[in-house]
Amino acid sequence: MGSGLLDLKLIMPDEDQDRVSQSGEPYELLIIGGGPAGMTAAVYSARKQIRTLLVSEDLGGQLLWTSDIENYMGYQYITGRELTDKFKSQMEQFPIVDIIVGDSVGKLAREDDQFVATTASDRKYIGKTVIIASGKRSRPLNVPGERELIGRGVSYCATCDAPLFKGKDVAVIGGGNSGLTAVVDLMGIASKIYVVNISPTWQADPVIVEKTEGAENVTPLLSHRVTSIRGENVVTGITVESLGTQESKELSVQGVFIEIGLLPNSEFVSNLVQLNRWGEIIVDCGCRTNVPGVFGAGDVTSVPEKQISVAIGEGSKAALSAYKYLLMHT
Amino acid sequence: MGLIKESQQKQLKDRFKKLDGNVKLIVFTQEMECQYCEQTRQLMQDIAALSDKIAVEVYDFVADSDEVERYKIDKIPATVVEGEKDYGIRFYGIPAGYEFTSLIDTIVAVSKGESDLSEETKTALAQLKDNVHIQVFVTLTCPYCPRAVEMAHKLAIESDFIAGDMVESVEFPHLTHKYNVMAVPKVIINEDIQFEGALPEKEFVENVMKVSES
Repeated sequence: MGSGLLDLKLIMPDEDQDRVSQSGEPYELLIIGGGPAGMTAAVYSARKQIRTLLVSEDLGGQLLWTSDIENYMGYQYITGRELTDKFKSQMEQFPIVDIIVGDSVGKLAREDDQFVATTASDRKYIGKTVIIASGKRSRPLNVPGERELIGRGVSYCATCDAPLFKGKDVAVIGGGNSGLTAVVDLMGIASKIYVVNISPTWQADPVIVEKTEGAENVTPLLSHRVTSIRGENVVTGITVESLGTQESKELSVQGVFIEIGLLPNSEFVSNLVQLNRWGEIIVDCGCRTNVPGVFGAGDVTSVPEKQISVAIGEGSKAALSAYKYLLMHT
Repeated sequence: MGLIKESQQKQLKDRFKKLDGNVKLIVFTQEMECQYCEQTRQLMQDIAALSDKIAVEVYDFVADSDEVERYKIDKIPATVVEGEKDYGIRFYGIPAGYEFTSLIDTIVAVSKGESDLSEETKTALAQLKDNVHIQVFVTLTCPYCPRAVEMAHKLAIESDFIAGDMVESVEFPHLTHKYNVMAVPKVIINEDIQFEGALPEKEFVENVMKVSES
């Protein structure tokens, strides 16, 4: 079926998103975050018969805007959405896990032997143990013009907004996997694509780099940094500086896709657990934080390599550690 | 070959077993069908085939001027999701990709004839005295967009003053140009109030209520 410009692949809705039992008793485990780490932790805790609540803005986390996955074992190729659906149905088969989607924890505090999580919609949930698996979000460039022009040409979600830039000139900032994946997404849509990368080489996996090579509408600017984004109401251009020659030049673009890495969603626990200099939650090899009963898993933690498979492993370890903790403390 | 995979058909059939009232999918296309008009019509017919409670009606944007007028359709492809009455729910463009989730959830909500919006929201909506037209611009690859579309449609179910449109940005470039849509979801309320992003219920409703203040 010729579908033209639009990707018509149908995505199925979630059914009965919230699933909460009304026992009123504190949960044995609160899982904050519903990405790969959080959902895996829920599966492990359910199999240990731990009364669990998972609270998350969404189910899938960063997986939701990952288009192609080719390095998750068991699948030569799978989309982020499909993998999310598989994780979800695996988790949802365990009725012992309560699930709240569409809310996020804004505060986590210790009260006596328990932990109280307060959500954005002002609901409170109590747990004897907590796994923080709140993941990461896009990191801003922090250059003049960026904040003012968000939604006016500055985008942090290339998959969402790329279709709006048909025939326009755009810049992608960042040469890692997300940056070059954005380039691939835009190659068939935008007229001209500048790729600005601070390093002299691409950080992306060679298989992704290959897909962008030889594309006539892609202009790489390695060893360059963005110094400002210009525009009154909408983006009209960016200024880039060569790190070698220090020379600046102006590029005329209508869209700027910023893909320069991620920031941990750890602000809400910064007064509770120890963070490293990048704001990641410091955990040991058993996913334990410095606070007994509080565990961390996935991208929000200090564990190196932010990969789906790493998050899966960490999520399982965190749940098993929480289980052992509960055995010893109750 | 239809757009709905066999495994999805099975899931949808199960989901539709729980439908309450009848739902009508009213599709507007034209004789020489545009590409997405044809696929939208096909998609709605395929959905209707999955449940006795869902029916489909197809009208011609040019020839059936009475229906066009009655449903106030100004562009195609257009789909009205009608339940016990016309709540003012429209999908302009094809609701595929992530918007398929909006379509299915909206069918279920319309069948029920009520939403899961909070009591505060319902109380606030009772104060509305002016017509509110909510347009939600989306792309089919946007995971956050259905949240905004479904909010607009739930509000339309709860208030006779509110009409809620999904607008698929790529199919209506003149509108994305007019409203300067450079990020999605972008919500336009009665032309003058606009915001980007899927706001939580409380803030979304605050924006809707601004209509009465101005």
